[in-house]
Amino acid sequence: MTKGTVSGVIANMVTLRVDGPVRQGEICYITTGGDRLMAEVIKVLGQDVYVQVFESTRGLKVGAEAEFVGHMLEVQLGPGMLSKNYDGLQNDLDKMEGVFLKRGQYTEPLDADSMWDFTPLAKVGDTVQASDWLGQVIENSQKLKIMAPFQMEGTATVKSIVPAGQYKIHDVIAVLVDEKGNEISVNMIQRWPVKIPMTQYKHKPRPFKLLETGVRTIDTFNPIVEGGTGFIPGPFGTGKTVLQHAISKQAEADIVIIAACGERANEVVEIFTEFPELIDPHTGRKLMERTIIIANTSNMPVAAREASVYTAMTMAEYYRAMGLRVLLMADSTSRWAQALREMSNRMEELPGPDAFPMDLGALVANFYGRAGYVFLNNGEAGSITFLGTVSPAGGNLKEPVTENTKKVARCFYALEQDRADKKRYPAVNPIDSYSKYLEYPEFAEYIGKHINDQWIPKVLNLKTRMLRGKEIAEQINILGDDGVPVEYHVTFWKSEIIDYVILQQDAFDEVDAVTPLERQEEILNLVTTICDKEYDFETFQDVIDYFKKMINLCKQMNYSPFKSEQYSDFKRQVEEMLNA
Amino acid sequence: MATAFQKVYTTISQITKATCSLKARGVGYDELATINGKLAQVVKIMGDEVTLQVFEGTAGIPTDAEVIFLGKSPSLKVSEQLAGRFFNAYGNPIDGGPEIEGREVEIGGPSVNPVRRKQPSELIATGIAGIDLNNTLVSGQKIPFFADPDQPFNEVMAMVAMRAKADKIILGGMGMTNDDYYFFRNTFSNAGALDRIISFINTTEDPAVERLLIPDMALTAAEYFAVEKHETVLVLLTDMTSYADSLSIVSNRMDQIPSKDSMPGSLYSDLAKIYEKAAQFPESAGGGSITIIAVTTLSGGDITHAVPDNTGYITEGQLYLRRDSDVGKVVVDPFRSLSRLKQLVAGKKTRKDHSQVMNAAIRLYADAANAKTKLENGFDLTDYDDRCLDFAKDYASRILAIDVNLNTDEMLDVTWELFRKYFKLEEVNIKKEFTDIYWK
Repeated sequence: MTKGTVSGVIANMVTLRVDGPVRQGEICYITTGGDRLMAEVIKVLGQDVYVQVFESTRGLKVGAEAEFVGHMLEVQLGPGMLSKNYDGLQNDLDKMEGVFLKRGQYTEPLDADSMWDFTPLAKVGDTVQASDWLGQVIENSQKLKIMAPFQMEGTATVKSIVPAGQYKIHDVIAVLVDEKGNEISVNMIQRWPVKIPMTQYKHKPRPFKLLETGVRTIDTFNPIVEGGTGFIPGPFGTGKTVLQHAISKQAEADIVIIAACGERANEVVEIFTEFPELIDPHTGRKLMERTIIIANTSNMPVAAREASVYTAMTMAEYYRAMGLRVLLMADSTSRWAQALREMSNRMEELPGPDAFPMDLGALVANFYGRAGYVFLNNGEAGSITFLGTVSPAGGNLKEPVTENTKKVARCFYALEQDRADKKRYPAVNPIDSYSKYLEYPEFAEYIGKHINDQWIPKVLNLKTRMLRGKEIAEQINILGDDGVPVEYHVTFWKSEIIDYVILQQDAFDEVDAVTPLERQEEILNLVTTICDKEYDFETFQDVIDYFKKMINLCKQMNYSPFKSEQYSDFKRQVEEMLNA
Repeated sequence: MATAFQKVYTTISQITKATCSLKARGVGYDELATINGKLAQVVKIMGDEVTLQVFEGTAGIPTDAEVIFLGKSPSLKVSEQLAGRFFNAYGNPIDGGPEIEGREVEIGGPSVNPVRRKQPSELIATGIAGIDLNNTLVSGQKIPFFADPDQPFNEVMAMVAMRAKADKIILGGMGMTNDDYYFFRNTFSNAGALDRIISFINTTEDPAVERLLIPDMALTAAEYFAVEKHETVLVLLTDMTSYADSLSIVSNRMDQIPSKDSMPGSLYSDLAKIYEKAAQFPESAGGGSITIIAVTTLSGGDITHAVPDNTGYITEGQLYLRRDSDVGKVVVDPFRSLSRLKQLVAGKKTRKDHSQVMNAAIRLYADAANAKTKLENGFDLTDYDDRCLDFAKDYASRILAIDVNLNTDEMLDVTWELFRKYFKLEEVNIKKEFTDIYWK
């Protein structure tokens, strides 16, 4: 293997003099004071190789030795990853010793000694391609597939496969013979370079299936779909993290991968603490069982921040190839972009807008492009739904990360300072936010079949009312309560009903936090009925009194368990008011 | 300072305002050196050319200055002896007392493994309703005051520090005026609290670049008491904007491309490294916590400036002070202030109605603000508007003002009393289970 010696150090950018071939993106280890520091090649200039070190370079001296490993940054994929807490380089954080993260400490991502109950799915003589299913193991009730090596080219024939039984991840479970007659031994572990998309599927259609999140402002107003993409920009304090956590708790997905990328450590701790206690509303099992956390918090090495989102995406692709529905959340993609900026700056590249690297847009687009709904070679479907948050500098959405993300993500959930200040949570702006999927005929067809064909027209009706309500609120502000006709107040308060009853949701209330689709349908119908009714009021004060009472009743309904006595009681009172 | 084995270099090839370069071998990154006795740190190594950042500036350094490498990064001696003492940015006593004896620890050490942290869950009571009721503080939290330079943030911070039950209070003063330094000193000693206070001070009279060491010094001391002595430690950092200003000076002199507001592109990571030292340690590690309350001064209330903006994304909330013109008192602004960790204690360590009462009161206070705008624009007010305005006055003077000192139950009771005085049941929008108990 190629070796190198350190010739320069500026923070975590190190230059090495090398004695042999290196590849772009190759990993090397630099030895200093007994520690081995992992680094990645980012630029080659003749014999001088620039690497970014994933750790602190404190004390590193010229002349220190480096050893290249011959491959790019890879992850190990196999059974045993669910409910694990990894860092951005896939080190198992729980296996690390001590309270503090020691430099140069790397741990195994998979457990070599665990036994897995294996069932073969392929038989001798079968022809298989890369990522075809050979067998199955069960982890946390999830059926995981053991697949033909992802790197394999062309087809291969199954020469042998082990019978059902208990095996470890390193045990050979099948032998394949490729087109050239070479034998390939297959165990349960796959390795894949994180920067390369995994594309061993048949095709990627437009996504169409609603992904239920239990958050009304998303499901009802701006739905996301299985295999869809969305992003949540918002200034600090507008509830990005609360919204993301709500989605990751409640979404109807088989696997949830959370990449905590350059954010607060306590937010990750919240997941560690709460998820093992919480129950997945769809399966009744512990939430942690379907969750993987990739934590590169803001105080962890900056260079590993970029790696963390790619590590998470690669894991998501691995599960998608098994025909599972994966939800991937990255909080926040802005921190990743900033990590790129720091390095680009140290390399003295010519800067793009706001000193970000010029290829930022392309990187963001390629990353979002890895999500999607796919059909596998065997006809099964799998999906990666990707939701990223963006932390726009100064809350200004005209900045490179937001603008570049807006070009590629199909759902836009704009968190707004003004709504947050008024404690109207989730602070998703109902006017500016959108879901392109509402316009997909495939989606309309799916909703028509699975809920009802009135759903989308009703949603669009309410959206128009929100817009009209906003316009009228501005007029009332200018002209005064008395300066506008009473009907204007009715229109305004109809939009307030929609806001208070559908859009606002208390993430910390046991009942209100999650609204199943059936319940959302009932609320949508109720609010539509309230809004479509014609009212006749004498004064604007009557309008306000009437609607405030109505809002109060509907909110009490939202706080009551679905179809409970209490719920029916409030619902009856609403209906009485409507029929009075 | 030189010992027999240290090599002395005497040829400096380049001098800028903040840095010196020379040819040297065997030098480690981040290592300290002295240049004619002035402390400097290695910031760049290219082959045998080493660039040093001189903390107090390069004025007066000749090209034949004596350069000695110390073979270590900046460090602090830690022991119980730190308590009650005042230090400069290098960790040397400035109170005339003896040198500290203890174990030498490199500052800016590694981060806590996130899986070894505990979720913060202990309420830090301050008696100020704008904090305890609306923006409850939790041990292990990091939160700044966003304040204009003319606001009494140091006074409020000192009050919070004195009322909070902490084993140790560590003050990191960056670019602090001499007057403020004496204010803190007097406040602490008048309260008889000097023995649990440790201060690292860089005043406006000291070199600006030196203050880059202050937060790491303060937090190294904090980690000693929290991790090794399992104490509850409160760290006060004022003012983080001066810290960031020093960062931009250094990056500018190192020819880095500035990003927003002339700040270095790494500002977010630089600030996060400091604030993320706040932590609650688990019982299995013996407990202990570090809570950080900081000050970020704003320019004309502009929170979109890079420093407050990046800070807001890192810290767990932020507190704003505001003068309420109706009652003429300083209040903690209920609209813009936020404690992200409050739900970990609100309704759990405090009374169950806490969250709902808090939200309802703020909503009504917001309605009062709208009514006030209407009034100023010359519109007629409704009866509801009038009641909101009256409520807001009472709420500001009896709850929000920072000179009010109540426990949380009392705060809740007073708020319920105000609700009943001014509003109808359906106007407060609170869950029935609470109105059944408290709406009497």
